[in-house]
Amino acid sequence: MIEIENVHKSFGELKVLKGINLTVDKGEVLTVIGGSGSGKSTLLTCINGLEPIDSGRIVVDGTDVHARGTDLNKLRRKIGIVFQQWNAFPHLTVLENVMLAPRKVLGLSKAEAEEIAVKQLTHVGLAEKLSVYPNRMSGGQQQRMAIARALAMSPEYMLFDEVTSALDPMLVGEVLDTLRMLASEGMTMICVTHEMKFAREVSDRVAFFHQGIMAEIAAPEQLFDAPQHPETKKFLAATH
Amino acid sequence: MFNTALTWNDLVFLAQGAGMTLMVTAVSVAAGTVLGIVFGLIRVQCGPYWSAPLTFALDVFRSVPLLIQLVLGNALQSIMKLGWPPFTTSCVVLSLYTAAYCTEIVRGGIGAVPPTTRRAARSLGMTWWQDMRYIVAPLATRVSLPSWIGLTLGVMKDSALVLWLGLIELLRASQILVTRLQEPLFILLICGAIYFIISFPIARLGGYLEKRWSPND
Ligand SMILES: Nc1ncnc2c1ncn2[C@@H]1O[C@H](COP(=O)(O)OP(=O)(O)OP(=O)(O)O)[C@@H](O)[C@H]1O
Ligand SMILES: [Mg+2]
Repeated sequence: MIEIENVHKSFGELKVLKGINLTVDKGEVLTVIGGSGSGKSTLLTCINGLEPIDSGRIVVDGTDVHARGTDLNKLRRKIGIVFQQWNAFPHLTVLENVMLAPRKVLGLSKAEAEEIAVKQLTHVGLAEKLSVYPNRMSGGQQQRMAIARALAMSPEYMLFDEVTSALDPMLVGEVLDTLRMLASEGMTMICVTHEMKFAREVSDRVAFFHQGIMAEIAAPEQLFDAPQHPETKKFLAATH
Repeated sequence: MFNTALTWNDLVFLAQGAGMTLMVTAVSVAAGTVLGIVFGLIRVQCGPYWSAPLTFALDVFRSVPLLIQLVLGNALQSIMKLGWPPFTTSCVVLSLYTAAYCTEIVRGGIGAVPPTTRRAARSLGMTWWQDMRYIVAPLATRVSLPSWIGLTLGVMKDSALVLWLGLIELLRASQILVTRLQEPLFILLICGAIYFIISFPIARLGGYLEKRWSPND
């Protein structure tokens, strides 16, 4: 369970999160929508401790992420994150990209790590690409590799930050299919996305962010068909 | 064929000079690179403010002519009664000189690794050190290699200045022969050829590694 309590965060003078309260249960799929600069990405990076917060608390399975003694490297093993920019390690093959963290972070043997990596890469449809270098693959393939790389750590939570935004429209489908598959397998996910159709289809709940505030959170039918907050209405009208 | 007074023994003498050049260069580049990596990391990790004294010191080593550094270094070691032989003094000064340049190369190489790539590594649970070791080091090495090869070749030629401390390296050995045999053009030609023969493999090694790594980037 991820519990976010009254989280405030600013970059210098700029207040980016202004008191976010949110609980995500095991097995839930939450999508986050909202305008540019509303703090969606920042919230995700705060959840796995890549960014510090100013006040409030984020608790993952009972561990306070931002408490002093928390071992973030250990915590991050169970929170996978995939970014908009796919961030392949360019000097490693696809297989090595996925094997690296299981070997070095989890301390698995080469054979064990390889087995896991092959399994995850097959899962996302890249079984043919094991010995290829990332720059030889399309954006969609690199993004699926990044997903497999995160999954190879057997995370309990997955955070996706606009994973299709940097892709050609042609390649969006294959990545969304991968996310759908994960959702159907019961993975706990927080997806920041601009794909409204996808959000409606896979989410248990949809949260709308506006200027650092979570303006509205509801089941997808409710949020998309009968939005309550005026800003949600405006945003949905603009994106349709 | 040639009408020259150069004997087999003279050639051996030149080869010994070349050996000295290689030794001084190898020691200085090795030590300078290790120091450069350490200083480069300090500069990247501590930020411009805390590393300002180090930056200043390295700027001094980069801007004062090497000859002056060698002479001052030698004077300093004798004032401090360190009793260093010229070889040690030469290597220490050249190492610091190399380190000053290498620090910049290392800093540039680390800076060239995209922060988003490093963030991805950390988000997988890798520690700072693992990120450095498995992501930053290989990527930065690729970026820095051409400059590092250039630095090595430069240090090899600059190492000729250690003759001022009395070391007989390649250039000094040639000078001695020129004075004795009065055949400057011929001997300097041989000297230049020897410099080329030792530089060429290093330059080629750089080209080879660059080519080997490039399809992966
Ligand atoms: N590292 C940073 N340093 C300074 N400002 C930042 C940093 N990261 C984000 N910001 C600022 O914080 C605000 C919120 O950014 P964030 O990336 O969370 O928005 P977002 O909702 O993800 O937007 P988008 O849909 O464009 O990705 C923006 O104004 C952004 O410029
Ligand atoms: Mg964002």
